[in-house]
Amino acid sequence: MKECYLVRSRTVAARLLGEEMIIMSATDSTLFNLNPVATLIWQAADGKTPLTKIVKEQICTTFDVEPAEALRDAQQFVLDLAAHGILSLADSPITDSKGMAVNRS
Amino acid sequence: MSLMGQLNRKALGLGVPLSVHLDITYRCNERCEHCYLEHDGDNELTTAEIRSFLRQLAEAGVFFLTISGGEPLMRRDFFEIIEYARELTFNVKVKTNALMIRGKEAHFLRDAGVEQVQVSIYSHKPDVHDAITKLPGSLSRSLEGIRQMRAAGLKVTLANVLMRSNVQDYAGVQALSAEVGAHYTLDPTITPMLNGGSSILSLRLPAEELRAIFRDERLVGNAAEFCAPPPAIDDAIREGLPCSAGHTSCYITPWGDVYPCVQFPLACGNLRQQSFREIWAGSKQLKEVRSIRAKHLSICSSCSHLGTCTRCPGLAFMEGNMRGPSSADCEKSFVRTGVVTAGMLAGHSASLPTASSSGLVQIHMPPAAAPVAREVLLSAASANF
Repeated sequence: MKECYLVRSRTVAARLLGEEMIIMSATDSTLFNLNPVATLIWQAADGKTPLTKIVKEQICTTFDVEPAEALRDAQQFVLDLAAHGILSLADSPITDSKGMAVNRS
Repeated sequence: MSLMGQLNRKALGLGVPLSVHLDITYRCNERCEHCYLEHDGDNELTTAEIRSFLRQLAEAGVFFLTISGGEPLMRRDFFEIIEYARELTFNVKVKTNALMIRGKEAHFLRDAGVEQVQVSIYSHKPDVHDAITKLPGSLSRSLEGIRQMRAAGLKVTLANVLMRSNVQDYAGVQALSAEVGAHYTLDPTITPMLNGGSSILSLRLPAEELRAIFRDERLVGNAAEFCAPPPAIDDAIREGLPCSAGHTSCYITPWGDVYPCVQFPLACGNLRQQSFREIWAGSKQLKEVRSIRAKHLSICSSCSHLGTCTRCPGLAFMEGNMRGPSSADCEKSFVRTGVVTAGMLAGHSASLPTASSSGLVQIHMPPAAAPVAREVLLSAASANF
C-alpha cells in the first residue's frame, strides 16, 4: 500500500464519549462507535499526517502492539471508514479545505 | 442492546448530556392552535451568546443537537448558528415549518451536514392544515419547502400532531410522506402551555379516536402485540429511570433557561448566569430529577403499567407532582390495553379538564422508498483494535 493520508469528512457528526468516538454520517445516518485505538486514528486524520506516522508515533507509543500488525489493522480500518464516506484517503497530503474537519472533537 | 442503547447507557454512566434541544426563538410565522408557547421575542440570546453556549455544550459532550423554536428561521442568524453547530461537529436536527425554505436554504442545510429536518404537517388537506396553523397557504408553502429539501437530498420527517380537528387525516399525511419520500411520525400529544395554561388541552383526541389509532396496523404494526396487557413487574423495572430528561438530555429556552426537557419546565439554571457545566453538574433541581426511580413514584410504582407506560415526568410536573402520574398517559395506557391504571383508580384523571384525552405516544415510520437508518458498530478488525 502506498503512503496514505486521511482526512475527516465535513458531513459527519463526532463526539468523544469517554475514550471512544461516536460518529454519525449525515448521508445515511449510520452510527459508528470507535474504540480507543480507532479514535486516535480518527483524531489524527488531519490530511497532513501519513498513516504510517500516526501508527508509529501515536498508536505504538500508546498501546502495546506490534508496529507491522498495527499498520495492517489501521489500513483496513481507514479503508472501512472511507467506504462509508466518513474519511477521505489520498496518497499525498490533502489540502482541499472542503474535506477538512475543523476540530478534534 | 442497540448501539444507541449502549451509547445512552454509557452517557448515563459518565454523566454526559448526550442530547440537547435548543429553541433559538419562540417567534413564529404561524399561530398553531395547539402551540404550547407564547411568541415573545424580547431579550433572546444573542448570536455571540449562542455561539458561546454551543461551545460549552460541545465541551460537555453533547452529540445530538436539536435546533427548533418557534420557527428557527425567524432568526436572521439561523444559518450562522447552524454552520457553527456543525463546525463543532454536533449531529444537528432542525425542526421547522419549512415556510422559509427554498432551494438555496435546502442546499445550505445539506452542505452544512444537517442530519435531518422535521416539519409539522397536520393534514394533506389545505383547509384543515391552514386552519390549524392559522396561516392561509401554509400547507402549500411547507410542502414546497419539503420538496426542495428532498430534492437536495436531505432526510425529512413529517410530524403529524393529531388532535380533534385533524384526526381523520393521518392516513392522508402518511400517504403524503410516502409521496415526498419523507419519514412519518404521528404524535397525539397536546401538552399544556409552558406558562401553565391548559385551555389547549381541549384539543386532545377523545379516547375512542385514540383507541382506533392504537389498533390501526398501518401505524402500530401488530395491534395485538401493541395493545397487549402489561407484563409482570420485576426489580429491574422498579429500579428503572422514568425517562432520559435530566439524565442524558435537557432543553434550553431562547433566554438560556435550562430545563430537563421541553415538556418539563422545571427551571434548573440560566446560561447567562452560570456555565452549562455548572448547571448540569450542580443544579439541585436536576439532582432531584435524577434521584427518582420508578419505585419512588407516588402512585405509579404500584401500577401494573409501570414497565410499559410512557409516563411523562414533565406532564406529571405540570399537573403538580413530578413523582405523580401523568393523567394523560394513564388514559393512554388504559385506552391501549384496556387495563385500568393505578392513577385512574386514585381518581387522578378527574383532575384534568379532559378526562378522555390522550397522552404521549409517538409512532414513527420510515419512508417506504428510503433506507432505514442503520447502526454499525465499527472497530478495526484485529485483537489489538
